[in-house]
Amino acid sequence: MVYLTRKAEFSASHYYHNPDFTPEENVRIFGKCNNPHGHGHNYTLEVTVKGAVDPKSGFVVDLKQLKEVMNREVLDAMDHRFLNKEVPEFANRIPTTENIAIAIWHRLAPKLKTAQLHRVRVYETPDLFVDFYGEA
Amino acid sequence: MKAHLTRRYMFSASHRLHSDQMSADENLATYGKCNNPYGHGHNYAVEITVSGQVDESTGMVCNLVDLDGFIHQHVLERYDHRNLNLLHEFTEDVPTTENLCIAIYKIVQRGFHKAHLEKVRIEETMMNSFEYAGE
Repeated sequence: MVYLTRKAEFSASHYYHNPDFTPEENVRIFGKCNNPHGHGHNYTLEVTVKGAVDPKSGFVVDLKQLKEVMNREVLDAMDHRFLNKEVPEFANRIPTTENIAIAIWHRLAPKLKTAQLHRVRVYETPDLFVDFYGEA
Repeated sequence: MKAHLTRRYMFSASHRLHSDQMSADENLATYGKCNNPYGHGHNYAVEITVSGQVDESTGMVCNLVDLDGFIHQHVLERYDHRNLNLLHEFTEDVPTTENLCIAIYKIVQRGFHKAHLEKVRIEETMMNSFEYAGE
């Protein structure tokens, strides 16, 4: 079993708001992130896949294909977007780093052919990141 | 769904690696420059990884305000701009980054209950890092 990690970057805006909370609760829980006009981050995405090394190609996965899937499923949808308004997963779910990692996992997992998705890591800033391993 | 959240903090501290269980020559042979009796310092980067179910109503494993508040009060206040050798946890244990990882792990595990502590990782310099997961 070999693990391979591919990195990508995207920039997006978001805000945190739960309509079930009062305005005061939203501010207390989400602080500055509750600004309804949004704010943005340069996100770094690391996708780690695992698999046996193909004896013919020497690859765990064709990086070209992995890059294409990441571009199509994630970057095209999220790069330079307002996540709350433009990405369907976040119509009713708060686009926290946790939920972004989970959404990216569910976008990528069914599209990967040879290798199996191991981990999705999303950095919101260099000092904050979330790992999701597909656990329930 | 369960996710892991990692937050990175910085602090600067001095220390001297020296064991009372070794002779002066053994200390020098073991710790080299780190045995300098006047001590030396590092900019430490510490990564705290916690895990838990992502709360449906907040989208969070735990509120960063709570984690940051705890770490500032109980870890950074304790170690930033201090001489590690003078702290009680290092009166017997040598303040290596291994032992610092274990000390910080214990502080977080004992006092922070808003999420499950998975791991403490410390970079002493850009060239070396240490992890402790309670094993």
